[in-house]
Amino acid sequence: MSTANPTPLVIARGLEKAFGDFLAVAGVDFQIDRGESFGFLGPNGAGKTSTMRMIAAMSPNTGGSLEVLGRNPATDGAAIRARLGVVPQEDTLDAELTVTDNLFVYGRYFDLPKATIRRRITELLDFAQLADRADAKVDALSGGMKRRLTIARSLISEPELLILDEPTTGLDPQARHLLWDRLYRLKSQGVTQIITTHYMDEAEQLCDRLVVMDKGRIVAEGSPRSLIAEHSTREVLELRYGHDEQASHGAQLADLAERIEVLPERVLLYVHDGDAALAEVHRRGLQPEGALVRRSTLEDVFLRLTGRTLVD
Amino acid sequence: MTEVGVAPARLGWPCWRRAWWVHLFLYRRLWRGSLSTSLLFPVLYLAALGVGLGSLVNHHTGSVDGVSYLDFLAPGLLAATVFQVIIGESSYPVMARVRWDKTYFAMLASPLSVSDLVIGHLLWLAVRAGIVAATFLAVMAAFGTVASPFALGCLPLAMLCGVAYGAPMSAYAITTESEQGFPMIYRFVVIPLFLFSGTFYPISQLPRALQFVAQVTPLSHAVSLSRMCTLGIFHPVQALIDLGYLTVLLVVGVVAAHRAFTKRLWR
Repeated sequence: MSTANPTPLVIARGLEKAFGDFLAVAGVDFQIDRGESFGFLGPNGAGKTSTMRMIAAMSPNTGGSLEVLGRNPATDGAAIRARLGVVPQEDTLDAELTVTDNLFVYGRYFDLPKATIRRRITELLDFAQLADRADAKVDALSGGMKRRLTIARSLISEPELLILDEPTTGLDPQARHLLWDRLYRLKSQGVTQIITTHYMDEAEQLCDRLVVMDKGRIVAEGSPRSLIAEHSTREVLELRYGHDEQASHGAQLADLAERIEVLPERVLLYVHDGDAALAEVHRRGLQPEGALVRRSTLEDVFLRLTGRTLVD
Repeated sequence: MTEVGVAPARLGWPCWRRAWWVHLFLYRRLWRGSLSTSLLFPVLYLAALGVGLGSLVNHHTGSVDGVSYLDFLAPGLLAATVFQVIIGESSYPVMARVRWDKTYFAMLASPLSVSDLVIGHLLWLAVRAGIVAATFLAVMAAFGTVASPFALGCLPLAMLCGVAYGAPMSAYAITTESEQGFPMIYRFVVIPLFLFSGTFYPISQLPRALQFVAQVTPLSHAVSLSRMCTLGIFHPVQALIDLGYLTVLLVVGVVAAHRAFTKRLWR
């Protein structure tokens, strides 16, 4: 019944979050449909976490409107949170308790019957590959294990909407791929997911649709593929020259590409056909020390939209 | 407006009870760590001061306020112990839940609200204080210094003190930027009150200025009430003053704690 319901799970209109004079979220509009994986991308301080916290009914909005699961988070927070799973940026586990106890206590916050919690703990420990650490204290777990436990914990209430704030930051590649695998499985079970991440490959893998935020605003929106098509070229030719040749060679190549970026160590040519462009570079006698043709990625889009300057 | 989704959440069991329950759960898991100190402390103090020093006092003055030194000292120490434990329970653990483990934020991602957290925390402090008082009373009984069945009044008194002392301290702990203030509070508030609130000798023995300080600070009132209970000797006017003081402190503390928790956690 509910899967056929076309009403979006989350609707934000002109959503704002101010901390004193600082506007962390400066009026954003988006809507998230049931069953989709929706990403928030952006550099540190872009307002992603503030937006996520408002959706999770953990932080009041200071402007605009927000509706989550058909309710207003400001007045109906408890009823919304009862149907959410939240994976915060930091693990927020109780270090003194065991793995099992952490899950048990969390299940009780949702007022689940004890027998139900016990059954789900068994399933979730398998899901997170932590079954052999069930009685270990959280203090003794590795970073990756804690992260998996935090994710398992967010599922104890069988949420309809899962909110993941940088779920794989600090994980090794094995743990990341394991987690992606688990998130696909949840998606196939119909769990809507909202994800922030710094990893563009992760966003390409996981998100059906995403927005790029910068300085509290949404600067682009679409599927990973459409964002690449809209904001970058099909391919990128990366050339490396000697340090003092970069700038002058770059100037001579500008007409070859839709867009060119001369970085301290590389010249990037945004082109439709990388191999053809490279052949033309050679024909002009501008032999590079190194050359690489690759597909455009979300990272190119991200850097174009949010700039290469470090934020903090 | 169209309702999205399926069954509404089961919100029957009041949320604050879950926030309270988790403290009991933690205590059941970790009580062994605190029991040795909460048993050892009264045994050591009652033996060393009550029996040891007390024999000297009794030998010189006969009695203190008409009772043996041990009988005089024990209820004061009971109140002072509750005070110390509750200040401790309202300092580092509160900071850990908001700054280090950040488990308050995990709780707030569930249906629990900030008010639930505050109520759960303060009720837990009441229970914790009751446990401390009960343990202390048991040790006192073993020393043969529980003179009256009214001594059981120390339990509700301790629970009142648990909230009255714990609420303002928790309000401070949740908002302070670093833990550096805690040792200062211990050195400049807890220890002086421990020594000058009539625990070891009647306040009347102090110079006027210090008597005044003792009367406006919170511990002396718990010491006074605790002593009335275990000795079974009541001074109605003093009892009303003491109870009034602690009640006002409790109300002000709870309001301050609720404001401070909301300011820190709901933003």
